[in-house]
Amino acid sequence: MTAQNQRVLSAAETGFVEAFAATHGKQSDGLSEARRAAMARFEAAGLPHRRIEEYHYTDLKAKLRSAIALSARAEVAAPGALGEVETQGRLVFVNGRFDAALSNVEALAGKISVSAWAEKAEAPAHDTAAFPRADALVDLNTAFVQGGATITVAGGEKLEKAVEIVHVAKGEGASFSRIDLVVEAGADVLVLESYQGDSGAYLRNTLTTLEVGDNAKLTWVKLQEEAESATHLASASANLGKGAELSQFLFDAGSGLSRSQFAVAFNGEGSNAALRGVSLLKGDSHADITLSVDHKVPECDSREYFKAIVDDKARSVFQGQILVKPDAQKTDGQMMVQSLLLSESAEVNVKPELEIFADDVQCAHGSTTGEIDEDLLFYLRARGIPEKEARKILILAFLGEVIDELDDARIGPLLTSRISNWLHV
Amino acid sequence: MLEIKNLHAEVEGNQILRGIDLTVKPGEVHAIMGPNGSGKSTLSYILAGKEDYEITEGSITYNGVDMLELSADERAVAGMFLAFQYPIEIPGVATMTFLKTALNAQRAARGEEELSTPDFMKLVREKSKDLKVTPEMLRRPLNVGFSGGEKKRAEILQMALLEPTLCILDETDSGLDIDALRIVSEGVNQLRSPERSMIVITHYQRLLDHIVPDVVHVLSKGKIVKTGGKELALELEANGYADYVGEEA
Ligand SMILES: Nc1ncnc2c1ncn2[C@@H]1O[C@H](COP(=O)(O)OP(=O)(O)OP(=O)(O)O)[C@@H](O)[C@H]1O
Ligand SMILES: [Mg+2]
Repeated sequence: MTAQNQRVLSAAETGFVEAFAATHGKQSDGLSEARRAAMARFEAAGLPHRRIEEYHYTDLKAKLRSAIALSARAEVAAPGALGEVETQGRLVFVNGRFDAALSNVEALAGKISVSAWAEKAEAPAHDTAAFPRADALVDLNTAFVQGGATITVAGGEKLEKAVEIVHVAKGEGASFSRIDLVVEAGADVLVLESYQGDSGAYLRNTLTTLEVGDNAKLTWVKLQEEAESATHLASASANLGKGAELSQFLFDAGSGLSRSQFAVAFNGEGSNAALRGVSLLKGDSHADITLSVDHKVPECDSREYFKAIVDDKARSVFQGQILVKPDAQKTDGQMMVQSLLLSESAEVNVKPELEIFADDVQCAHGSTTGEIDEDLLFYLRARGIPEKEARKILILAFLGEVIDELDDARIGPLLTSRISNWLHV
Repeated sequence: MLEIKNLHAEVEGNQILRGIDLTVKPGEVHAIMGPNGSGKSTLSYILAGKEDYEITEGSITYNGVDMLELSADERAVAGMFLAFQYPIEIPGVATMTFLKTALNAQRAARGEEELSTPDFMKLVREKSKDLKVTPEMLRRPLNVGFSGGEKKRAEILQMALLEPTLCILDETDSGLDIDALRIVSEGVNQLRSPERSMIVITHYQRLLDHIVPDVVHVLSKGKIVKTGGKELALELEANGYADYVGEEA
């Protein structure tokens, strides 16, 4: 045995290793090779801990204590509509597996092709370079992936209505799913994705790859509304072509522990990516948003704008890296993170990182952390608005700025009503 | 009726109000004048229920109710209104939405039915026309980007909508041009009634030509040092405060 392998595995790590041996150890599917390689990497590196830079504030080795079994197939009722958004077509995943009965992909025929699967035997051979850096969460996803879909929006198709992807969890157990979304040249699509579950202490690991072709536009809205006791571990990567446009919004309001990591690469000139989101945290939840933007080519714009409301003993972690490579002249990279602490025990960690190797660029980052402004609160109360209501108004106003900047009438109302609902609990 | 008795207040250990006695009966308009830093705004904030001050002695009752026991929003419901010397900007809160929320919050607290949106819109249109507050201003976030004079007019619009019984105007005239001064004064005068009391804080006799007070007080170093009729304001305009503030120094 090599020195590396003598590392003591934690209960959770051992759980994953043993679960793999029991399920994928001998059987084979389209992914067998990739699965085995990913598991070998995981076994060698283990769960990420605070001495791994990207996980400094989110020590998964310490946080994921006990072994968690793989989720079983489950049957659920058809999930309700996600809100006041016009949709066409829906993909439903239950415990990581595609559920054909609950889905409606026929509605997409002709414009969007969907190839979805739910069984190991059906697993296609994926591109294994799904994420730009070695990462244990991506390795676990590759090793265990239980279901997935490749969704291709045909070139030039402009679709006003949203395509829904709903991920439901039932019971305990770990689920692994993967979505590969290809938006071909000149197409325009809105994808509304929701993660939800019943009250179980389940774990979800997802991997999403996005290809936005030349002059194509993707609006990707993700509603992270997992059960309070759930763990949500999401990795996503995007590749943008020439003149492509990506607008992403993360509504980050569920699960006790979450990590949402997103890596964006600009591969074609003149494209732009706007990543925005709001995190609503209470209790002792921990939500980590880790972004990296790779400006490889000239004249691309990236904008990151996130706000967090942190109550009780919750903790919000934001890490944002902007990398501007030597060729990426005329890059515009802007990052802003603002947090509102609603309690003395709430905590926020913000780590911006700019690495700039080109000279003609405009890059900036800023962050603010504060409490509700007492003078604003007094003004509202002096007009007869009770304190609780006045606080809500100010929180909504604070978060509303991100939704205003998103400026998308199709999803603005949905996001605003999600926030109001959260505030009324 | 508002009764302030022997009111002492401090902030961070600094004594600012040093024994204020003031009674304002229904229908009366009292003007408070006095040098910069004498405690006029402090008094108005304390009346409105701002929590930054420590009341070390004295009492404030309004219509027999101990105001010091009430929070700012409860005082507003009890009929108090402060037009701020420096109205604050509240980004992200549309003026119209704010006005409706405030009005309906007060109505709900008083057990009255909420105003429907059409009824509310009609009311706002009516009142804002008189005060020359444009629909465009109402669509903007509260006070954001309003000029000094626009902010003051918006304060009086709020007062006209909420119909308080005790109006405290803290330097509502400062920053107003001649026309705006007239518009605002007319707005205030329209609200004068036998049930409504007003405390008008100002540095200038000019405002009191428009809003004619029943009583004029001089506040100096946290105390009322002189009380008189409306002619006191004229005398102050001519001679300054020297006669009243000297003895305290
Ligand atoms: N939060 C505070 N901390 C310390 N001192 C304060 C505070 N608020 C007010 N003061 C002091 O109290 C005194 C009275 O202030 P106030 O604003 O009431 O005066 P004013 O009479 O309204 O003056 P002006 O005519 O300039 O508006 C001033 O000396 C001021 O510096
Ligand atoms: Mg003042």
